[in-house]
Amino acid sequence: MLTLRCPYCGVDADETDLHGEGQAHLKREGPGSSDEDFEDYLFMRENPKGVHFERWRHAYGCGKYFHAARCTSTLQVFGTYSAQTLEPPQDIKDKISGARPGWS
Amino acid sequence: MSEAISALNGKVAAGEVTVREAGLRGMIILRGDLSDKKLRKVCTALTGVKVPEQGQANCDGDKGLCWMSPDELLVLVPYAEATQAVTTIEAALSGTHFLAENVSDARAVIFVEGRFCREVIAKLAPVDLHPDTFQPGDFRRTRLGQVAAAFWMLDEDTFEVICFRSVAAYTFDLLAASAKAGAVGMFPTPE
Ligand SMILES: [Zn+2]
Repeated sequence: MLTLRCPYCGVDADETDLHGEGQAHLKREGPGSSDEDFEDYLFMRENPKGVHFERWRHAYGCGKYFHAARCTSTLQVFGTYSAQTLEPPQDIKDKISGARPGWS
Repeated sequence: MSEAISALNGKVAAGEVTVREAGLRGMIILRGDLSDKKLRKVCTALTGVKVPEQGQANCDGDKGLCWMSPDELLVLVPYAEATQAVTTIEAALSGTHFLAENVSDARAVIFVEGRFCREVIAKLAPVDLHPDTFQPGDFRRTRLGQVAAAFWMLDEDTFEVICFRSVAAYTFDLLAASAKAGAVGMFPTPE
């Protein structure tokens, strides 16, 4: 069972308290974008075996969206962080580098 | 105006741990900047308790404040005072970005009272309720069985639970069944 700490509530929320919201840090392609970019934005997702960044929502709790960095093969959680960011914060990147040298 | 009746009209399932619907209760959802002085002042003026820290509930009888999220409080007042309380909040916060809504009739309040009340809740929620991690004053929004709920501990023998009115019967029956099934013995229980 996956347990993630909600950065807004500070509680360890069980997977059943949460709702997965897919890949994190997508750049939205809106009106004016090319068909290819728009298609990528809508449909194309990474599916890595290893380090992955995801959006989650504390659905049964505060209702807020947040980000999680974890490993898809071991389920190791590197950390969770605010949704108000375009990329993972440095401390999360450092933790991943410590556990998975050379990750990308 | 028609006579208001709570979801389960004070239903009781008596036992070693008793489950009891609280009856009518005034509940106001307040969203806004929880660090705002005006907001904190009006909340305390209405309830007589301090604005709770993250993950806490400060309650005194029918009145209280619960921390729902970084920008949301649940304001508890006697049922008859809820409408006036919303008016008071609106007057106090006029001109600032906030939302106050009387949700008294959309919710139900249920008490779980007795020696192993911790275990009655722990069987139903994905929350660590060990005395080392959950104490009187702690507040948690989560699920009970299949439905969204929130609960907090008033004292070592009492939990107060809130849920949506539409699932009050389910929540009550769930809690009553958990109470009837007895203690598990996972946690040290007070003598
Ligand atoms: Zn949360």
